[in-house]
Amino acid sequence: MLRYLALKVGRALFVVWAAFTVTFVLLFVLPADPVDLLFDPAELNTIPEHVREQVAASYGFDQPVIVQYLDRLGHAAVGDFGTSAQSGRDVVQAIGAVLPSSLLLAVGSLLLAIVAAFGIALAATVTRLRWLRDLLEALPTASVSVPVFMVGILLLQLFSFQLGWFPSFGDSGPLSIVLPLVALAIPVSGPIAQLLVRSFADEFGSGYVTTSWAKGATRSRIIVGDVLRNASLPALTIAGVTFGNLIAGAVITETVFARAGIGRLTQNAISTLDIPLVQGIVVFVAASFAVINLAVDLVYPLLDPRLRASIQRPVARQPRGALA
Amino acid sequence: MSITETRTERADAQEQRAPLLQLDDLVVEYRGSGRRAGHRAVDGVSLSVAPGEFVALVGESGSGKSTLVQGALGLLPAAARIERGAIAYSGVDVTRWSETRLSRIRGSYVGFIPQDPGTSLNPTKRIGRQVIEAVRFTERSRRSAAEHREAAHVALREAGLESTERLFEQFPHELSGGMKQRVLIAIALAGQPRIIIADEPTSALDVTVQRRILDHLQGLRERLGIGVLLVTHDLGVALDRADRVLVMQQGELVEQGSVDAVLRDPRHEYTRRLLEAAPASHAGRLEPVGPRLPVDGVALRADALSKRYALRGGGEVVALDGAGLELRAGTTHAIVGESGAGKSTLAAILAGFGTPDTGSVHVGGRETTQLRRGALRELRRELQFVFQNPYTSLDPRWTVERIVAEPLRAFGLVQGRAAQRARVLELLDAVALDAAHLRRTPSELSGGQRQRVAIARALALRPKVLVLDEAVSALDVSVQAQILKLLVDLQAELGLSYVFVTHDLGVVRLIADDVTVMRGGRIVESGPAEQVLEAPRDAYTRVLLDAVPGTRLASMTEARA
Repeated sequence: MLRYLALKVGRALFVVWAAFTVTFVLLFVLPADPVDLLFDPAELNTIPEHVREQVAASYGFDQPVIVQYLDRLGHAAVGDFGTSAQSGRDVVQAIGAVLPSSLLLAVGSLLLAIVAAFGIALAATVTRLRWLRDLLEALPTASVSVPVFMVGILLLQLFSFQLGWFPSFGDSGPLSIVLPLVALAIPVSGPIAQLLVRSFADEFGSGYVTTSWAKGATRSRIIVGDVLRNASLPALTIAGVTFGNLIAGAVITETVFARAGIGRLTQNAISTLDIPLVQGIVVFVAASFAVINLAVDLVYPLLDPRLRASIQRPVARQPRGALA
Repeated sequence: MSITETRTERADAQEQRAPLLQLDDLVVEYRGSGRRAGHRAVDGVSLSVAPGEFVALVGESGSGKSTLVQGALGLLPAAARIERGAIAYSGVDVTRWSETRLSRIRGSYVGFIPQDPGTSLNPTKRIGRQVIEAVRFTERSRRSAAEHREAAHVALREAGLESTERLFEQFPHELSGGMKQRVLIAIALAGQPRIIIADEPTSALDVTVQRRILDHLQGLRERLGIGVLLVTHDLGVALDRADRVLVMQQGELVEQGSVDAVLRDPRHEYTRRLLEAAPASHAGRLEPVGPRLPVDGVALRADALSKRYALRGGGEVVALDGAGLELRAGTTHAIVGESGAGKSTLAAILAGFGTPDTGSVHVGGRETTQLRRGALRELRRELQFVFQNPYTSLDPRWTVERIVAEPLRAFGLVQGRAAQRARVLELLDAVALDAAHLRRTPSELSGGQRQRVAIARALALRPKVLVLDEAVSALDVSVQAQILKLLVDLQAELGLSYVFVTHDLGVVRLIADDVTVMRGGRIVESGPAEQVLEAPRDAYTRVLLDAVPGTRLASMTEARA
């Protein structure tokens, strides 16, 4: 058990470290002169030499690369990613400022997506109408295929501009979050629903369900008592993919709806070449990824006894000697 | 409305006489979808099971026996429907009953024991809960949780399981196959049904376990007076256990009668074929059609092979422990044992697919366990392998010609298309296939034809030794008999030597010259087939031999001879 834990935590730490190192190489080592990136390209030639040197020194660019790397890594390890090149604010603070609104959007739309995905999968399993099942099974593919910005724009057109039910941008009041939530939930729900529909169908046709029928269980008892839990397990494993979709979707959603958040922050940081901020965000996202996958790895054995067994005492084959 | 209420409407006397299960002229059809045509899986079957009666329904794959069972339980897949006929339990017609209404007789009136114990228990629920559910879903009057628990314990003990307290807290993966099947029997018994339908309940189990489970089913019938409908592909099992035997072929019931009647005077030609094909009905080894090509010497010798597998997180499994064998040229050496005996590990090492920790293997005088890649490739010309499952060992997208020609091309043995075609035809001819099969893909072949293709491929390089790992285990008996006959004929004609790995002692009798019995990675007994099979020295060999079904069939054959 401890070994399993250590292995998983180690892997999570490695992912974060690797993300830091790769961004360091990309942003600080590869550009001919990283100092150039700190200034607006239009004003670059008007910057006096001593200012450049001063800036370079303050960022540590005059040091050998390895010293810079270790220095930054040391600071990053204690949560210090330097200051934003654009605003001069502390990177961690800049991220922290927009985090709540992004978290609200991400968690909200994730919940919405999960509810929708389960709804589709359950309905497709419960229904005895063939056409309805076919239709329900086609929905996830459709929702993956439509780009987020399209969904956003369509929602805006319909509910803000035509019907005027919801504000079209900003983040004031609870109503303003409804459309972004929906816009983000639709594409995120796609892969989850796809997986759930398939695993519900698989589990519903499996041997132990036949046993349950033979026990005298009714359809609803079987779906709630047997299928639901076992069919949901695989959905956990795509949590990583889902999180990736959330981040990618958030960048677009926050832009389309003009909301503050990690997505917008990222987009700004990249377009203004704010290197410390970009690095901070990349490492933050990588850390979130690692934490989520770590949580899944730790929760999974609690839900699936087969996995639990293989962690506690590894068994290659069932001993046959112990027959009753 | 429950079945008990329905029953009160009828005269008690009539109900007593009514069979527990009666099917009248039942027709079940599968709806075609897309390019697939619909077909009739069950075609006008009538049968009945009386209280306390043990009826066996025998059929090969595709006979419709499983569809029949699903129909009787009201568990047909969505694509199938009952076109005609009636299903009645104790005289009550349930054919048109709704799903919910049917769920009230399942478990409480008719119990079901499924085929594969490995997948038939919910992997994430504790055993106790799964049995308690069976008690709760079928209770006639409301009872407390403690009473549910107690009833579940009783059912588990009834199914022959001990220390049920501990079992209650266990998960299915912590149990052996035999124990899982007993839990499933307990689940079937928990509702106190009057009839139990068992669909191939022991096909996935070792013979010794199979025997205990079947003994138990018979005991239940005698002790509790319940009716049993046992569905099986194994005529030997059916004849050993049942009062009455029904034979199904392509959806139709072609034979029914008492065990004696079926044994002495089978009416239908198909029954006669099945009896003929059953391994138990042959006293000795199959004889080849032609003369045996004289070869002598030792084709393959293995000495003191050991293999251990390290487990993740410490510990190890001993798969092979000082095993060895000698394969005389031109003969068949059978390796038998139950699951976990190490026979597949041994076969893989003999064939050069795995390396032993210690020990040596000599093929035609050459040591093979230390060979490097190139030399190992050369070994393939001497020694070929035939796999258990003809459904997965052939590339589904390739034509038969391409499959059989693959080794020829890999070793550059034939030049030009015409030469390749000629050699492939020669090989197909050897396994009794012809030019008509050249362009087919595996999906267009039957199981037996596929295994013939696999054998033709193995013969392509003119090897001297074939390692056959459970090569006929996945096939129906009648097909199995044909393939065994083919193997015996090929051996005589080409002077081949076989290492024949199997769990089925009945088959061993038909093909082996020498037999090695394995258990837990060790060799228990080894010697000439007659000696090992007729006068075994080891106790375990005797247990194995005793457990092989088909006693009645074998004694019948002896009486005739």
